[in-house]
Amino acid sequence: MTTPANDDGKDVQDIMPETSETPDAGAAAAKRGPAVATRERRQGATNPSGETPYLVVEDLVVKFPTADGVVSAVNGLSYSVPLGRTLAIVGESGSGKSVSSMAVMGLHDRKRTRITGSIRLGGDELIGLPENDLMKVRGDAVSMVFQDPQSSLHPLYTIGNQLVEAYRVHHKVSKEVAKKRALEMLDLVGIPNPVRRFAQYPHEFSGGMRQRAMIAMSLINDPKLVIADEPTTALDVTVQAQILDLLNNLQKEFGSAIVLITHDLGVVAEMADDVLVMYAGRCVEYGTAEDVLANPRMPYTWGLLESIPTVSAANEKLRPIKGLPPSLLNLPDGCSFNPRCPYKDRVKGELCTTQLPELLPVDGAGAHTSRCHLHDKVSIYETEVAPRLG
Amino acid sequence: MLYFVARRLVSALSVVLVTLIVTFALFFVAPTDPAGAICGDRNCTQERYNEIKDNLHLDRPVVQQFAEYAAGIVAGRTFETAGVTQHCSVPCLGFSFKNDRPVTQMLKERLPVTVSLVAGYAVIVLTIGVFVGSMAAKRRGTLGDRALMSSTLVLSSVPYYIVALMISLYLTILYPILPRGGYTPLTENPVAWFTGLLTPWLVLGLYSCTQYARYSRGSMVEALSEDYIRTARAKGLSDRVVTYKHGLRSGMIPVITIFGLDIAGSLAGAIFTERIFDLNGLGNLVLESLSNYDLPVIMGTVLVSSAILVAMNFLVDIAYSLIDPRVRLA
Repeated sequence: MTTPANDDGKDVQDIMPETSETPDAGAAAAKRGPAVATRERRQGATNPSGETPYLVVEDLVVKFPTADGVVSAVNGLSYSVPLGRTLAIVGESGSGKSVSSMAVMGLHDRKRTRITGSIRLGGDELIGLPENDLMKVRGDAVSMVFQDPQSSLHPLYTIGNQLVEAYRVHHKVSKEVAKKRALEMLDLVGIPNPVRRFAQYPHEFSGGMRQRAMIAMSLINDPKLVIADEPTTALDVTVQAQILDLLNNLQKEFGSAIVLITHDLGVVAEMADDVLVMYAGRCVEYGTAEDVLANPRMPYTWGLLESIPTVSAANEKLRPIKGLPPSLLNLPDGCSFNPRCPYKDRVKGELCTTQLPELLPVDGAGAHTSRCHLHDKVSIYETEVAPRLG
Repeated sequence: MLYFVARRLVSALSVVLVTLIVTFALFFVAPTDPAGAICGDRNCTQERYNEIKDNLHLDRPVVQQFAEYAAGIVAGRTFETAGVTQHCSVPCLGFSFKNDRPVTQMLKERLPVTVSLVAGYAVIVLTIGVFVGSMAAKRRGTLGDRALMSSTLVLSSVPYYIVALMISLYLTILYPILPRGGYTPLTENPVAWFTGLLTPWLVLGLYSCTQYARYSRGSMVEALSEDYIRTARAKGLSDRVVTYKHGLRSGMIPVITIFGLDIAGSLAGAIFTERIFDLNGLGNLVLESLSNYDLPVIMGTVLVSSAILVAMNFLVDIAYSLIDPRVRLA
């Protein structure tokens, strides 16, 4: 267990001065009891692998005040990623996976977002950092690969121009030096004929090549952390595999930490060392990829796994998770998943609808945690869910 | 790129040719009697009337008249009035019998005034207007943005001639804070040229800035919400670079379209401004020739205005292709 020493009492900094409520760590901890707060903090500071993490996110809360009320996009998220490891954050649209990663990059509009909690990068706190300091981190120590390279690359600048710009923001070098570096990167990500490609515009690239260029751009400053926000969603399946291979190989070469945001459990199986399942802005299950995929301990994760169509059961109907994710303006009481949970009636009393389950180790002690009131999770999974997974 | 320019040039020239034909046709469709107008109501004998008609070649077939007119533009021609032979040099756009001068000469005199006025206007709207709009877009939703946008709305709701007249009256005559309007050729005295045009520039420019600020704000808000703006921020670029490099380049595309048409329109005659600030430009020329029934001058100004419009559209197309590489393919 590694707890960085500098977080005592200052792991919560508001970007916006709070007006009505004060959701700082103290108040939040008091509501849930001190034991929970301590446990969750330790959960965040460590990693399922036990290695020293590079990125530590603790009790992250992201809220957007809107005309209709406060949208609670992320509600107390904690995780950590060591160098050389890949964490996959899985969840439906609106579960807060992108929002939490944008918070790591500091990309939210400061005026419209309330962020509390702690995001530490190599021990340095990012929350509360002034924009000018954050700018130096963005694209240098942390970079991002976006979902749709078609819309994420500037259509009016050449690929070369955009790469050179990305390098020169963080390196005081001449255009020639930056160009050499850019050509190197294009070559590295497997773009044939980099010299010609350098002078071309994004619309002259195919989808896969564009994503390669995007990856080249995000790795040009040799970042220690890469956040890939659904990097393969906009690509066709064969290209998806190539891009995932590329990310895997580059990670081996650069040794960076990767946070992979996805809703595709196939991608998770191929890429991830650790998996964090998000629902309604909260972590509902967290552990190594093996643990979470082979021994899931939360009905939502079961639902995700069950909804994957299998080839052998081609004639069967798809098994979706019934219902819709809750409105982030008005989260249900108790467990956020309870309105859609098919196992709710197995829990005695009104526990599921009244009390938010804590994120607890599934076997009492280990690094695999889940948030569920069910007592017989293991037997339900093994007797009812696992046979359906085929 | 060269092919693109050549293709646009050919299409621009053919539009000018069509305009030429249509303008000429107007001359005949219009229910006027040019010879009678020139001859005047009093002292107009049948003999004199016929002479004018003959001089104008109005008795010849329409096609032949058009050929003469078109030939005059590229080769020049001569006119005879009252026994005197007048030479009309290239490009000859006809002869004003009312003023006893070639139309081209009159246009040459007036065009620099309007061009000077519009040039300063263009600089003001493209800098101040676009900058204000971009700033509002960057701070969208804030108090400053709302205050700016509602004040531009209020200002642009007041008719332009009221604003211009009031400023002319109060700021140049009653309280002479700004210099009076007037035109001195740039080559003659640059300082006088500048001071004479300063007030009209400011009035016309700042009034239209309200429109430009609104256009730019709209297109910048759209541009700044694009994914590639997020990418630019994720690279670690400063807000300033993100807004004024990455955002402005996309945000300017719709503004340039409006700008091209607006400039072409203003060159055809910023009538109110020229009238109020006493500038003898194309706008005043059009007004004069309309009230005089001076058809050759009307035809000439219409032709020049439409040629300017076509030229501006051509330039806008070129500007597009420089800004947006995807246009070159189309």
